Amino acid sequence: MRNDPGDARPFIPRDLALHPAAFDPGYKTSVLRSPRQALISFQNTPTEITGPMFGHDTIGPLDHDLTRNWAQPGLSAIGERIIVHGRLMDGEGRPVPDALIEIWQTNAGGRYRHVRDTYVAPLDPNFGGCGRTLTREDGSYAFMTVRPGAYPWPNRANDWRPAHIHFSVFGHGFAQRLITQMYFEGDPSIPLCPIVGTVPDAEGIAMMTATLDMDATVPFDARAWRFDIVLRGRRSTPFENRPEGN
Amino acid sequence: MARLRETPSQTAGPYVHIGMVPTFAGVENTYPEDLGSGPLYSDGVKGEKITIKGRIFDGAGAPIRDACVEIWQADADGLYNSPAERRGLSDRHFKGWGRAAVSGDNGVYVFETIVPGKVPLGDGRVQAPHIAFWIVARGINVGLHTRMYFPQESEANAVDPVLNRIEHPTRRATLIAEREGNVYTFDIRLQGDGETVFLDV
Ligand SMILES: [Fe+3]
Repeated sequence: MRNDPGDARPFIPRDLALHPAAFDPGYKTSVLRSPRQALISFQNTPTEITGPMFGHDTIGPLDHDLTRNWAQPGLSAIGERIIVHGRLMDGEGRPVPDALIEIWQTNAGGRYRHVRDTYVAPLDPNFGGCGRTLTREDGSYAFMTVRPGAYPWPNRANDWRPAHIHFSVFGHGFAQRLITQMYFEGDPSIPLCPIVGTVPDAEGIAMMTATLDMDATVPFDARAWRFDIVLRGRRSTPFENRPEGN
Repeated sequence: MARLRETPSQTAGPYVHIGMVPTFAGVENTYPEDLGSGPLYSDGVKGEKITIKGRIFDGAGAPIRDACVEIWQADADGLYNSPAERRGLSDRHFKGWGRAAVSGDNGVYVFETIVPGKVPLGDGRVQAPHIAFWIVARGINVGLHTRMYFPQESEANAVDPVLNRIEHPTRRATLIAEREGNVYTFDIRLQGDGETVFLDV
């Protein structure tokens, strides 16, 4: 059964132990940007249960294709062509349809098209670095892009980010709002990265690591990487036609 | 039924603008405009139009200049623009959601919106007018939820179920904006003296 955007049941409380701690000295910027007081917990209200949704008229025909959405007509971004796809589900394993996913990433050389990125690697004149799409009825989504590069960043003296794609995900309720990063299976930089290392356990890191998906690969065109995303699920309530606790 | 665990959060990083406000980042023309930019309302909206602005301070007291903020709120009648809103249709001239990058120069964010209505919980309790905030930035590992309340609503604030979850009155005050006419200032302190109350929603 798919997830109904009109579902008004509260979400299951977020298990914060599965997420990075706010304060992680290995990731130095978090030191001054982490609240020290406990978060205040309360039952979800309509404010958290509802959330913005976006119509299909929001999305342009090339928004999902980063190889072309910044390129000159007829041209394409430089780099290893990849498809990134998967399913958006909630904690009950139900697909989440009509949800906005936005991504951003470096070009194949590890450089962001951003005024503050001064890395020596060159910009690609045919690559912007952002894309977006809405999930389909079955919760599936797909992007066409190039494999991003690793890049150095100021933390310790020689820290490098593994190749990654940033994901911003809307579910159906504002409480489901999530930003995460997708890594590539087999990248030896993953265990060295302090930002990956903010995630407390190997299972969590595995969830953020896309796997090579030869079945979805387009021969002679692009290899595919599979990245499923799980958002918070909703509680059963007595208002359903089944006993609580199912 | 076995539950799936949630995908872990990761920081939005310093280049969040490319994905969420690309025109602001200098990646113009990928999309016609940045999603969530501009006023939350269009002509004909019901309610009192206001400006909300503020800065986000780190633990050293410096305004951070690379954050991105989203807000979500009810319309003037307390209805949300969402399929999960069961009490009626919200104002079609009001989106309810906005997104803004803070200024790269002085760290100020700005939203043009309206004063929301009260939101009943269905059990007799009523939430005071409030605006939900979600803050992401480099160094923030899990997006931070908080709420802004209105200083002129002291009676409604006194019985608001979420404000009343906060034990210390001085901490409660961190969620009340300062008002000057129709301009509200809501500063957020991530850490230390006057640390804003953040919510485990
Ligand atoms: Fe990055």
